[in-house]
Amino acid sequence: MTIQLEERLAAALARLILDPAAPPARHIAVGAASPIPAAACWLVRKSGHPVRLSLLHKRSGNPFTEGSRELFDLTGQGRIDLFFLGGGQIDGQANLNLVGTGEWPGGSPQGGVRFPGSFGSAFMYFMTPRTILFREEHSPRVLVPRVDNISAPGVSEPGVFRRGTAQALVTGKCVFTFDATAARFTLASLHPGESVETIRAATGFDFDVPADIPATPDPTSEELALLRGPVCDEMLETYPEFCARVFSRKLAA
Amino acid sequence: MNPPPLDVTVDTLAASVPDGALVALPPDNSLPSVALARALIRRGARGLRLLGVPVSGFATDLLVGAGCVAEIETSAVSLGEAGFAPRFTQALKAGTIVVRDATCPAIHTMLQAAEKGVPFMPLRGIIGSDILAHRPDWMVIDNPFAGGGDPIVLLPARQPDVALIHGVMADEAGNVWTGRRRELSTVAHASKRVLATVERMVPGDMLEDERLAPGCISGTYIEAVAVAERGAWPVALLDEYGFDAGHVAEYARLAKTDSGFRDYLDRYVFNGVQARAAE
Repeated sequence: MTIQLEERLAAALARLILDPAAPPARHIAVGAASPIPAAACWLVRKSGHPVRLSLLHKRSGNPFTEGSRELFDLTGQGRIDLFFLGGGQIDGQANLNLVGTGEWPGGSPQGGVRFPGSFGSAFMYFMTPRTILFREEHSPRVLVPRVDNISAPGVSEPGVFRRGTAQALVTGKCVFTFDATAARFTLASLHPGESVETIRAATGFDFDVPADIPATPDPTSEELALLRGPVCDEMLETYPEFCARVFSRKLAA
Repeated sequence: MNPPPLDVTVDTLAASVPDGALVALPPDNSLPSVALARALIRRGARGLRLLGVPVSGFATDLLVGAGCVAEIETSAVSLGEAGFAPRFTQALKAGTIVVRDATCPAIHTMLQAAEKGVPFMPLRGIIGSDILAHRPDWMVIDNPFAGGGDPIVLLPARQPDVALIHGVMADEAGNVWTGRRRELSTVAHASKRVLATVERMVPGDMLEDERLAPGCISGTYIEAVAVAERGAWPVALLDEYGFDAGHVAEYARLAKTDSGFRDYLDRYVFNGVQARAAE
């Protein structure tokens, strides 16, 4: 079976989660409609790392007993180590726009597109020691020089309480790492078929390019076996369509 | 204390919600009374100000499309897997509604302030976001407990006029069981009035049962309860029934156009819904 892009992305996210240079990930929360980040977290867990996973919108066995505010209370205290965010637009300073394009609030009579909204991003991005940005679509309309509206800023003024920001941005074409001090992304690895030139052509913001850029590694055979077996088992209930499409597995009726 | 009236109909409850009210409505995964939203459309409610707790879903899009809504305060509006909320998107484009964007924990915090009866509460984060720039009612102060140089956001208490929730069951004392969805307790405590629909009535007083009491909203906060079987449909109700993805996808398709949305209302809100909901 050939390696699916989703499997490659899940394995790349798992390596970022386990990055020894990053703050430890003891408790990870994953938002709704995030099958690839969820697969990455399950891969970490099924590889034997004792991480606590709180998967929001799990159809059964919701991890919280205090309702939907408990995630934010946990995060406010610093009990959530890692979260995933995306964006309708993401810019070179890791600013996120989940609100919309054009005049605030997006999609107004003056034009632009309204996205659903910021959800908890304006809080989670500050209060989590690290955030992995994930957006499969890698195009100039998503990765822009400057977001039209800031749902959550990538960096803050000195003095503003902030535990962390983006660790990395993973797309369907490459992995970038983020340097909060410089407020810039650096190209870290290229998925198969990509080059610095193709990434530049698809990216609206400027980024740093080191002399040698590795390929994003293939998932190992052990990782693939875990993804297609026990990881898929865990995800079937919440993400049946994803599991059918990527792992060719259907939930028993 | 007398228990709240328990023998009213959904349409009677809807008739008691005045035009222009600030209405708290939970999202699809958190027990909204979609039955009450449909009844508000049938009664022709106008000028409602909706508060998403903390985001908004199917019922909000339905009310917006039916012209019941002037303003929405929320952290997002979405149909989940079925995509963007079509009537909300259309109304924004047409300029017929005002949206006041928040972020999820800010809405929880504003309700918690109301629950405590204090005028405001602080919340971390948000500084530097354009959400704050567009919320003249939110402010930043310097943390008075630190030595200085620690800016923090203050959020005003938000007290909804009425909260519309759908519980699994209500008892003779008017307690409503919503399980572990404790944000519903917060919104119930914070709101001036709570109108609840439930799947069924049960005898006795659930607060006498240690296993049921933690999942209850006390009848103290409940103004009235009506039985509405499948009253959350097409969204899920805990482990009672699941999300009707096929129906919401059909809605999303129909609601792309004005005429499709009207067809949807005719079929599921004005005529067919009672029959469908009673299945």
